[in-house]
Amino acid sequence: MRLPPTSIVPALLAAVSVAACGSDAPRSITTVSWGGSYGRAVNEGANIPFTEATGIRIEVEDYNGGLAQIRAQVDIGDIHWDVVDLEIADAVRGCDEGLLETIDVNSLPPGADGTPAAEDFVAEGQTECGVGNLYWSTVYAYNDENIPGTKPATMADFFDLEAFPGRRGMRRVPQVNLEFALIADGVPLEQVYATLDTPEGLDRAFAVLETIKDEVIWWEAGAQPPQMLADGEVIMTTAYNGRIFNAQVLESQPFVIVWDGQLLDVGQVGIVAGTPRLAEALEYVAFSTSAESLARIARRISYSPLRRSGMPLVTTHVVAGVEMEPHMPASPANSARALRYDWAWWVDHQDELNERFSAWLAR
Amino acid sequence: MKVPVAPERRAQLRALGLVAPLLIFIGVTFIAPLATMLTRSVHDPVVADALPETLALLEAWDGTGTPPEAVYAAAARELERAAAERTVGQVAGRVNRVQGGLRSVVTGTARELEDLDRGPWREAMTAIDDAWADPATWHAIRTTGERFTARHYLNAVDLQRLPDGSVASQPEERRIYLRLFWRTLMVGGVITLLCLLLGYPIAHLIARSPPHRANLLLVLVLVPFWTSLLVRTTAWIVLLQTQGVLNDILVATGLVSDDGRLAMVYNMTGTIVAMTHVLLPFMVLPLYSVMRGIPSTHMNAAASLGATPLQAFLRVYWPQSLPGVGAGALLVFILAIGYYITPALVGGSDGQLISNMIAYHMQTSLNWGLAAALGGVLLAGVLVLYALYDRLVGVERMGLG
Amino acid sequence: MTARRDTAHVDPAHVEFRGVAKSYDGRTLVVEDLDLSIRTGEFVTLLGPSGSGKTTILMMLAGFQVPTAGEILLDGRPIHDLPPRKRGIGMVFQNYALFPHMTVGANLAFPLEVRGMDAAERGRRVDRALRLVRLEGFADRRPGQLSGGQQQRVAIARALVFEPTLVLMDEPLGALDRSLREEMQYEIRRIHRTLGVTVVYVTHDQQEAMVMSDRIAVLRGGIVEQIAAPEGLYEEPERAFVARFIGENNQLHGRVTAMLDGDVCDVETGGEQIRALKVAPCEAGDDVTLSIRPERVAINPEPGSYRNVVSARVEDLTFLGDHLRIRLAACGRDDFIATIPNVLGHGGLLEGDDVRIGWTVSDCRALDHEHP
Repeated sequence: MRLPPTSIVPALLAAVSVAACGSDAPRSITTVSWGGSYGRAVNEGANIPFTEATGIRIEVEDYNGGLAQIRAQVDIGDIHWDVVDLEIADAVRGCDEGLLETIDVNSLPPGADGTPAAEDFVAEGQTECGVGNLYWSTVYAYNDENIPGTKPATMADFFDLEAFPGRRGMRRVPQVNLEFALIADGVPLEQVYATLDTPEGLDRAFAVLETIKDEVIWWEAGAQPPQMLADGEVIMTTAYNGRIFNAQVLESQPFVIVWDGQLLDVGQVGIVAGTPRLAEALEYVAFSTSAESLARIARRISYSPLRRSGMPLVTTHVVAGVEMEPHMPASPANSARALRYDWAWWVDHQDELNERFSAWLAR
Repeated sequence: MKVPVAPERRAQLRALGLVAPLLIFIGVTFIAPLATMLTRSVHDPVVADALPETLALLEAWDGTGTPPEAVYAAAARELERAAAERTVGQVAGRVNRVQGGLRSVVTGTARELEDLDRGPWREAMTAIDDAWADPATWHAIRTTGERFTARHYLNAVDLQRLPDGSVASQPEERRIYLRLFWRTLMVGGVITLLCLLLGYPIAHLIARSPPHRANLLLVLVLVPFWTSLLVRTTAWIVLLQTQGVLNDILVATGLVSDDGRLAMVYNMTGTIVAMTHVLLPFMVLPLYSVMRGIPSTHMNAAASLGATPLQAFLRVYWPQSLPGVGAGALLVFILAIGYYITPALVGGSDGQLISNMIAYHMQTSLNWGLAAALGGVLLAGVLVLYALYDRLVGVERMGLG
Repeated sequence: MTARRDTAHVDPAHVEFRGVAKSYDGRTLVVEDLDLSIRTGEFVTLLGPSGSGKTTILMMLAGFQVPTAGEILLDGRPIHDLPPRKRGIGMVFQNYALFPHMTVGANLAFPLEVRGMDAAERGRRVDRALRLVRLEGFADRRPGQLSGGQQQRVAIARALVFEPTLVLMDEPLGALDRSLREEMQYEIRRIHRTLGVTVVYVTHDQQEAMVMSDRIAVLRGGIVEQIAAPEGLYEEPERAFVARFIGENNQLHGRVTAMLDGDVCDVETGGEQIRALKVAPCEAGDDVTLSIRPERVAINPEPGSYRNVVSARVEDLTFLGDHLRIRLAACGRDDFIATIPNVLGHGGLLEGDDVRIGWTVSDCRALDHEHP
């Protein structure tokens, strides 16, 4: 992309900043993550130990996902983000578009038990440009105090307004919601994406969403669902499992997660293409995705390590002391009825479905 | 003898030198980005740069059946090169916007072509993915290959170019933007009207107060500017939500039952309430500055001439405050139709405005061409409105104080 | 003048203030116990320095202020219940208060329109009013396109166009320059005489008041000091403030030494014994202010022609065209002023000359004593 008029100023600024910084300036990199309780967990579990071990300082910035800022930096050639915590779909898209550096899995350290990195990572954890870090999941949760009597237990219950009247919280995107709708409608987990791939299947998913549309409050940021549950604004809501876990153990909220039909996804760490601090960035990625670092993060928020050798290291929560295993999205008990998020399908259909979803919302 | 022009010219240069920082600032931060964005809305060279030969050969294709082998050969070669240069993702993204599902076809094919070095390419590519046997795929590539294109603007007004070149409406379930433009204008109008209804008496009160009280009231009007937009918007959520302060009061006073709590946020009501609050100062300030210039004796004069208070207001005060009304309304309306943070937070499903879609295409879908086209349509709308205002009221009569 | 006074009991009072008082803050009175009666067709000026309450009186009459006490009668009826628009009083405001968004014609038509008059009649009256103020052909202009004097005429025409019997004017000429002001004074007087409306006029300019008024009420601190025709105020001031405010005069502070028959007293001031007309109620030993108009002072009078003769020295001579202004040291002060008609060679006077000055008893009024 050519940007002659706007590219001059950042270039000048870059030149000035290069001139201003001497060659002996302390080494530092900028890492970008999702903020909130997850950001704190990464900071304590990976960033601080990394600085102690290497002397490389870390500037942390928060973002809300997406490739827009990375693309702007790469287009203009003024890169100040080095390492970014990405959704897997963005890691793949960013790689295809040349926005991310490719990372050789063999350059990563072996597992805690000495297994080579390539075998230590679970299969779905690796992409061309992204190194997997953690399993995370979109689930739905309810406030135990606000639902007396029979409690919701299945995905179908989330869409059952008769048995559980009241408002629902859902993220204002087509992703996840369409899958949940089909699961609730009785589509077997392994056929959800095949069904979505047909026009009839899509119509069916939208039709199910339509049944609760009037009762839905749409959220945007991950911090909103626990807040809405606590306020009683909704009686149940979809949410990231780690956010609900934190409210449960750190704020003693009477929230209950329903694991049935949870949508299991993997997180990625990538390096912005063309960063002048490539060596430091690679060093950070290797460190922060080591089994030990992932376990440290997982002892602070309920997202499971993507390294097999990291899982046994995750014992109890560092503050609350509770066993982490029962709260992990990838634990055998919780993932029995889990659907793997098909990012590849979404990369193909996001554009048209977002338009359709927005049109549906506005109707 | 000295030429008398020289010192004058020097003075002109000096004057130019003084305003140069401002001109450069405006140029760099405003005009250049605006021009870049507008350029993007019609100019998209990514596919044309990546697949030049394929596109040239496709020119000759009649659009029925599959294209000739030469096209496949060129496409295979150029896709492989794009994969090596890692631009194939951008090509795939653009093609995917025209024909959903093609992103993985294009990127996947490009990746697998690296292991192939021999034709026939039609069979090879169709073997990788049978989408290459579908003429629609090639139509999509041809459409996105236009270096200068109107498709973003067509898309922005819910139209599409069919493979035969004709322009038609988008399918019903994808028609969204015109509806949002219309809703944005309506919401902007309602907010402007509410701001006027609320702001007019406030501005009048301040304009008629003695100086020290007027200053205090002005500060109160400006206090919202001291808090961040997010805090203000969140405060409205606290006030208006189902378990919020206002509903609690209504339930406590028995005006509504506990089951019948009103939904005042996460919908259009929330958007309008919060945005009216956020934009109110932009109405009050121009109104105040105009009203301050209307002598207080005018109302007395009208009364002494026999006018009732209503007649005096309608015939004497209101016409004189019109420049402020015009300036405030134009300001609030233009700001309202461009807002996206507040509707994003309190808008819910029916409180979304066109700016939220622009933000979505800027940040998430990375369809900057469409975002620019949507912005372009919005800009055109504002300019039309401004021209209309100029025609009806006269811009020179606009009073900003 | 006297003729008019004689017919006063025949005409009903057009406007009457009875014991009217006004306070804005509940403590200090801006207007204190005002009794004032204005006859139909009379031109009465409220004259006083700023803060004397004159504008407040006008605003109470117009209905924009409510009296704290007392009542105001219009044609014998109390008007405290009537809002301004129902009083039918024409008013000219200080800064004209012309409506800038309307043409001159529309400004004039406004009071007729709100009264529901039809367009044809409106047009006739507007034309007539414009003719009255000599602004024919200006109907389509906007106020902003007119000069100050023209705007003033429009304001007057607008106050008159709906044919009120009472017109109030609040310092209408304050914003005009001197020559224009004088021209407008005569203009207003002409209009008043032509239409015969009652006018209550507010000004702080005594000259303006003298030119136009039938009677002038001199106000100070919310109190009417004196109300009389211009000649009466000048020739027979009853208060030291009035004497000082209207025209020039010499005010000598002294003490009554003896009361004589026929409202005459002897007053000691600056070492001189002066015989004066007793105006303020006073006894021997009281402090009084003697008021002597400069033009009533004779220089070197024939011996025996004046009762009061004192010696003086010429300090300063000023030639003022039609008259000569002489500053003298006399009666223990050096700012005693005398004016004499312009005569060739300054009447033979030179600065430093010792002279004798004299004035009659009736030209020397013993007024209330003021603490400066």
